[in-house]
Amino acid sequence: MKRREFIELSSNSIGGLLIYSLAGVPIVANAQQGKVKVPLRFFTEPEAKVVVAACERIFPANESGPGATQAGVVVYIDRQLAGPYGTDKYRYTRPPFVESAPGHGYQGKENPQEIYWAGIRRLGIDFVKLNGAKQDERLSAIEQTYFFQLLRQHTIEGMFCDPMHGGNAGLIGWRMLGYPGPQMSFRAQIGKYNGVAYRPRPQSLEEILGSPVKPWEDEALG
Amino acid sequence: MELLAPVDVVIVGSGWSGMIMAKEIASRTTLSVLVLERGGPFRGLGAYAAEMDEVDTFIRTRQAPNPADGTFTTRASHMDRANPIRQPRFPAAGTGMGGSSDHWGATSPRLLPEAFQIATHLKELHGAAKLPANNTIQDYGITWKDIEPYYTRVEEMMGTCGKAGNLNGKKIKGGNIFEGPRSKEFPNPPHPMPYAPQLFAKAAKQLGYHPFPMPSSTLSQNYTSPDGVSRIGCQYCGHCSFFGCMVGAKASPNFTLLPLLESKGNFSVRTYCQVRRIAHKGRRATGVTYVDASGKEFMQPAETVVLAAWVFNNARLLMLSGIGEQYDPVTGKGTLGKNPTYAVQAGLDFFLDKPQNNFMGSGGLAMGIGEFGGDLGAEGAGQGAFRGGLIFSYAQGSPPVISAFGMVPEQEARKNWGSQWKNAAIKWNDRSSTILSTGNHFPYRQNYLDLDPTYTDRWGDPLLRVTLDWTDAERRQSSFILKKQVEIAKAMGATGIILRSGTGAAPLMVSTHSHGGAIMGTSPETSVVNSYLQHWQMPNLWVVGGSALPQGEEHLTLTVAALAYRAADAFIDRYVKRPGALA
Repeated sequence: MKRREFIELSSNSIGGLLIYSLAGVPIVANAQQGKVKVPLRFFTEPEAKVVVAACERIFPANESGPGATQAGVVVYIDRQLAGPYGTDKYRYTRPPFVESAPGHGYQGKENPQEIYWAGIRRLGIDFVKLNGAKQDERLSAIEQTYFFQLLRQHTIEGMFCDPMHGGNAGLIGWRMLGYPGPQMSFRAQIGKYNGVAYRPRPQSLEEILGSPVKPWEDEALG
Repeated sequence: MELLAPVDVVIVGSGWSGMIMAKEIASRTTLSVLVLERGGPFRGLGAYAAEMDEVDTFIRTRQAPNPADGTFTTRASHMDRANPIRQPRFPAAGTGMGGSSDHWGATSPRLLPEAFQIATHLKELHGAAKLPANNTIQDYGITWKDIEPYYTRVEEMMGTCGKAGNLNGKKIKGGNIFEGPRSKEFPNPPHPMPYAPQLFAKAAKQLGYHPFPMPSSTLSQNYTSPDGVSRIGCQYCGHCSFFGCMVGAKASPNFTLLPLLESKGNFSVRTYCQVRRIAHKGRRATGVTYVDASGKEFMQPAETVVLAAWVFNNARLLMLSGIGEQYDPVTGKGTLGKNPTYAVQAGLDFFLDKPQNNFMGSGGLAMGIGEFGGDLGAEGAGQGAFRGGLIFSYAQGSPPVISAFGMVPEQEARKNWGSQWKNAAIKWNDRSSTILSTGNHFPYRQNYLDLDPTYTDRWGDPLLRVTLDWTDAERRQSSFILKKQVEIAKAMGATGIILRSGTGAAPLMVSTHSHGGAIMGTSPETSVVNSYLQHWQMPNLWVVGGSALPQGEEHLTLTVAALAYRAADAFIDRYVKRPGALA
């Protein structure tokens, strides 16, 4: 087992509770603490920092709301990669691996862990030291790669996933969209809000069920 | 291999087809009925509530068949090399009790009466020479009169909601006036309509069309079926297509049929059983062989074998078992693997300047029009487009948030990432809608299924190879429908329209609307099963499901279920009394 590594994230921007449901032990951090240390399952700290910086360029905090860093997107990606998805436990991986028409999707041999390892090295461990414009240049240079497609897709997933997956911390992404989360019923509302936004307070799956749910990536943790 | 005690009827698969056969046979006869399901048991409503998670259930397809165990290979033409679908883009096929029937969208139209005699109909209408080259269209071997009572039975079992547009020949405003004459009104009224379908209906009316609420087999109100099964109405939670229903409102064999079987002494089910072969001797199936979760092999003898696996898996199991003659696209000989199709999709996304609350909804919640649901008339024929599909505006709710995010009008962002794109994506989030159509797909001589020469599943059996592509005829049909959709979207007040590029890429056609491969028909020369879905060469083998459909069409679940009821009646009322080939 590798040495336990941590990533430090700011918890002061979302003005309330920031909940990272970690391996069995939820950590509750409040705004006063300023920073929260999240244990990593897959990335090393320098790798995680590259991912934080890259995701922030893909989905930056700006005038329309918070970005990838505040939502904890890196935590989401770290856990996905450490889970069954990261090692292709649920992909057809028999050879031969032959490239084909785009409709077939990714046909490569490398699993998501390997794709991230290579992709992060291509961005450069010095990526975090560059200014925004230089970082965008490096990202633009790999825009057509499968790694970038994954990184972009995972960033959106980490922004708007249920917080049990480690992203969308404090429901920050859902609040930005006005998405209420997985509610038990809209029967009273259906057909009634015609062109008018219905925006109840968002709730996580755990909140509406009243009990925790074990996400797939936690399966291996026992 | 362990030899098990024989049963009267063994059924492979627990989707609509398998469970309709099981329920009818087990409740109307004393025969012992065993269902073998490759996946796990019914997980229950509480589990479905806990699966309202887009990442695990929709994106990672956690409850779907594991592609690592086996998948399909696809290619556009027999000249190409086939590649495996290594990771499906969404959980199309199902596994576990209920199969794909447990996570469908429940859109439930019937086919049009002439669809069952499609070859006769189109040749009369246009002449064979005008129809697309190399088509292999053929009649089903039944008529509207044969199937209509079974459609009614399916609707009552599922609790389908809608409004009749043609009751015994009388046209009724507000329903689909183009539908075939139905003998009964829908068992439940339509769902309340959200904003986008309301706008669609208004716009369609302005354009002279006759909008109607699309039939849906998710309950609009509490309902008790003629079998005595009670379910509650839809909660519009928005986790519908590709999700199990957490309240049991969406029709599924687990909600409407399984409860009736569990108490029956002559019914049993075994889960985690992967059937690998149909055993046979001469003109008789003798049972099936399967592996259980531990990898142990069993021989299950049976008097009758009912094959009701996922659409293309029916054809694959017949091929692996060496039953029937493999279809050859060069000579046109053989019937097994013939006529695979996929409903031709045409659709567009468009922006509206008001919030839509798109996260609420139900899989089959839509308004539609039937003007282009069948023949496309002189206008279509002039453009080389012959048959269409219903055009409709959905409020499905799902996928609720992640997969719905990020669509922006072209001029508002140069890239699909970064600050400018994010601003546009946030601004337009929940301000878009879609108009879709799934319609006719002709079968062609060059499209077929066979066993892949290269790739195998985890048990070492060859994967099924799907050779399937659109021709110009499908592109013309799709573009005909798209033009009509654009007119409606504009009349709805669309501020920007993104056409979904029509494509017949083979990997996309092994999915929710796949059909064929073990088709029904009027003769053993041109089909695998007769119109009762009984195998032509092996009278005690019944091949039930979407595999039987010789033509790609509109949403076909209701038709698949109706054919299963018809097969069950033929088996119980005729075959059991006098086993042999039914004519």
